Amino acid sequence: MRATAAEQAQPASLVLTCLAGWAIPGAAHLWLGRRVKGLVFLVVLPLMFALGILLQGRLFPFELSQPLVGLAAVADLGIGLPYFVATSLGYGAGQVVAVTYEYGNMFLIVAGLLNALVILDAYDVAVGRK
Amino acid sequence: MASHFLLLVLFALLVSVVFAVLMKDEPREQVRFGGLLFAGFVASALVLGWLMYPFPL
Repeated sequence: MRATAAEQAQPASLVLTCLAGWAIPGAAHLWLGRRVKGLVFLVVLPLMFALGILLQGRLFPFELSQPLVGLAAVADLGIGLPYFVATSLGYGAGQVVAVTYEYGNMFLIVAGLLNALVILDAYDVAVGRK
Repeated sequence: MASHFLLLVLFALLVSVVFAVLMKDEPREQVRFGGLLFAGFVASALVLGWLMYPFPL
């Protein structure tokens, strides 16, 4: 079963799977037939991201002059499509005086990083390692 | 929504769910691992919070 999955994994479909998983959290697992896992990621990760926005967290800009801000921006981007939806709707400006600001940042950053882990897991499934 | 403890518990819960589903395949193992992770997150946060209590900001 594993060898078959590895044989079937083509580079193009691997890239597509990972891109789908990045854009829509859980989509890669759903695509690969791991329905329960995919649904859990599809619900929990966007929920974490939405909570981060709700808690006045900030979607950090890509500032190379401030390495930590740049890294936080990369982590934020990890959530995929919800990031672009939020920025296009004007959310994620962050309210630094809000008591929940740091919590919001943490929810946003961790949601993106967890989605990166989810994509790596989907990659392992696609190449037959899991 | 400004309760630090509630937010801590919510964060621990969501991260535990994702890690449990990611790391384990069987539902029984997922519940066990997720529960342990959640308890570990909350307990360590409480212990660290009390350890930091005497120190000024």
